[in-house]
Amino acid sequence: MLDFIQMVVSGIAVGSTYALMGLAMVIIYKTSEVPNFAQGEMALASSFLAMMLLTTLKMSVVPAFCLAMGFAVLLGCFLEFAILRRAKEPNILGMIVITIGIEMMILGIVSWKFGAEQKTMPFPIGPYDSFMIRDIFLGQLEALILVSALVLMTVLFLFFRFSKLGLAMKATQQNGIAARIVGIRTNRILMMTWGISSAVGAVAGLLISPVMMHPYMMWDPMLKGFAAAVMGGMTSLPGAVFAAYLLGIIENLFGGYISIEFKSVVAFVIIVMILCFKPSGLFSKHYVKKV
Amino acid sequence: MDKKIDYYEDVQFLTSPVVVFWFIALLVFLYLLPFFAPNYYIYMANYIAINIIVAAGLNLLVGFTGQISLGHAGFFAIGAYGTVILMAKASFPFLLALPCAALVAAAFGFLLGLPALRLEGPYLAIATLGFGLTITQIIGRIELFGGREGIHAPKLVIGPWQIDNDRKFYLVLITITIMMLLGMRNLIKTRVGRAFIAIRDADIAAQTMGVNILLYKTLAFAFSAFYAGVAGGLYAFVLRFIEPEIFTLMMSIMFLAMVVVGGLGSIMGSVTGAVLLCWLDLQLRNILNIPYVGGWLETLSESWFSINGVSNIQYIIFGAIMVSIMLFEPLGLYGVWIRTKKYWKTWPF
Repeated sequence: MLDFIQMVVSGIAVGSTYALMGLAMVIIYKTSEVPNFAQGEMALASSFLAMMLLTTLKMSVVPAFCLAMGFAVLLGCFLEFAILRRAKEPNILGMIVITIGIEMMILGIVSWKFGAEQKTMPFPIGPYDSFMIRDIFLGQLEALILVSALVLMTVLFLFFRFSKLGLAMKATQQNGIAARIVGIRTNRILMMTWGISSAVGAVAGLLISPVMMHPYMMWDPMLKGFAAAVMGGMTSLPGAVFAAYLLGIIENLFGGYISIEFKSVVAFVIIVMILCFKPSGLFSKHYVKKV
Repeated sequence: MDKKIDYYEDVQFLTSPVVVFWFIALLVFLYLLPFFAPNYYIYMANYIAINIIVAAGLNLLVGFTGQISLGHAGFFAIGAYGTVILMAKASFPFLLALPCAALVAAAFGFLLGLPALRLEGPYLAIATLGFGLTITQIIGRIELFGGREGIHAPKLVIGPWQIDNDRKFYLVLITITIMMLLGMRNLIKTRVGRAFIAIRDADIAAQTMGVNILLYKTLAFAFSAFYAGVAGGLYAFVLRFIEPEIFTLMMSIMFLAMVVVGGLGSIMGSVTGAVLLCWLDLQLRNILNIPYVGGWLETLSESWFSINGVSNIQYIIFGAIMVSIMLFEPLGLYGVWIRTKKYWKTWPF
């Protein structure tokens, strides 16, 4: 029983990073229908920038992370402005190819700069520091990830619910032309969406980087986050979060009880099975094309 | 310009004496290549030919049927392992093992096509991607398949011939590649190919016209997987040693990149895309030895970047090619070719 609770707890912590990546992808997909494969690498660039600020400029953690987040926002805005907006006939395959291309470019630049070997992020909390709550271990990093994910989700929820910009984003997503008619600059809104999403992804990257730091570190969280977003329906923020936690927990339980070797792929098997029955994910209405 | 007045003109392959001449010239060139080209070029040609087969197969799925696959490395792996296992453990002859393994890959393609019937866009992307990742994980755990350590390809004997070097294998490979490409071209021009194109352009309209979507979508996946399987089986003999680590997500992405860069919905496009990207891939592996640019890159890396990460420049270049093709020429290299041809045909106007 104790094992079970322990696995669920660490599953929730892992799920939090998936949830952040999934949220970031959903935010972009909702407004611009682009499945952003570059999400992971955008976060990667920000976390390596934070590491550079920490090690070469000897900055302290908080300002360095804030600067990295700022960089993430700028990077997201820049990519939308410079590349995505210029696509002539955007269809879904084209968008996937463009974002994969962006991903490879960022991956290439980062690994050119830093090499492929493991780095260490000078972070005050180490990966092995942990609390004991009754008999359950909870890594301090895991707790931090969990708390910051929850805080960020609440902020995002409030932002989309109550702020003017958030409402404008919702409007743009629901009906672009109508949004333009009532005076929303949809282009600029799209750019800001990319900025916000990039920042959300960067939080995930920064929180993963104390545990592992190499140019491929974001692939797994990104793919799992994407899987969670798809499972939640690609357009629903709570759906992506729910699916991410579900995947994290299932993955850990599967690893603990059935087979540790297939732990990393079980998420995809679940996804394919769920998509067989609910082709548009768990939380979105299946859209049937009418003639 | 190229007005076609009846059906047979559309399906005709060698439309004019000029085409016949160039086709024969190309064949002669391809078959004479191993007698004068140095070893390295033969290896390169083998590598390119294999990628051409996969790219053509993937183009059938992506370019002609309008589906997405990020899991072709999985089919490729099935083909490679299937051929090697059938030859080594069941002592099948090569010419029987290769199609059998490809048929296994096709069966998996059919299975993946079933959920794909209801999926599109990002949903299909993640399903195929998950398939590709899962297959390599599973293969890496099976003891019969050599597990993580990988497995050596057995000696290749076709009838009385010992295929023991790259030059001899090149002749086998080029024959299979040409057969596969001609087969693909004929397939596109038949009823089946037209059904694929109809599904891509408007699936509901196609259904209304009596195209069986269930059959043809799964068939497209199966054909595409078959091509990837054949290519995988041949790849095992180019490398002579296969391990699960080879068949990564990056490989699937590169296959997709070849199709897109070459041009969606064009076989010659896939060929040129595969040639270009494979050539770049092989050239950029030792980027510092490239004349002129190499030295400059070395100083640049030393002062600003790191010298041990310099091989990653190839990712930057591939990414940039993919993005700029999508932005400036969505039809790929084939689109460039069409425009050039049109420009010269109608020149001075």
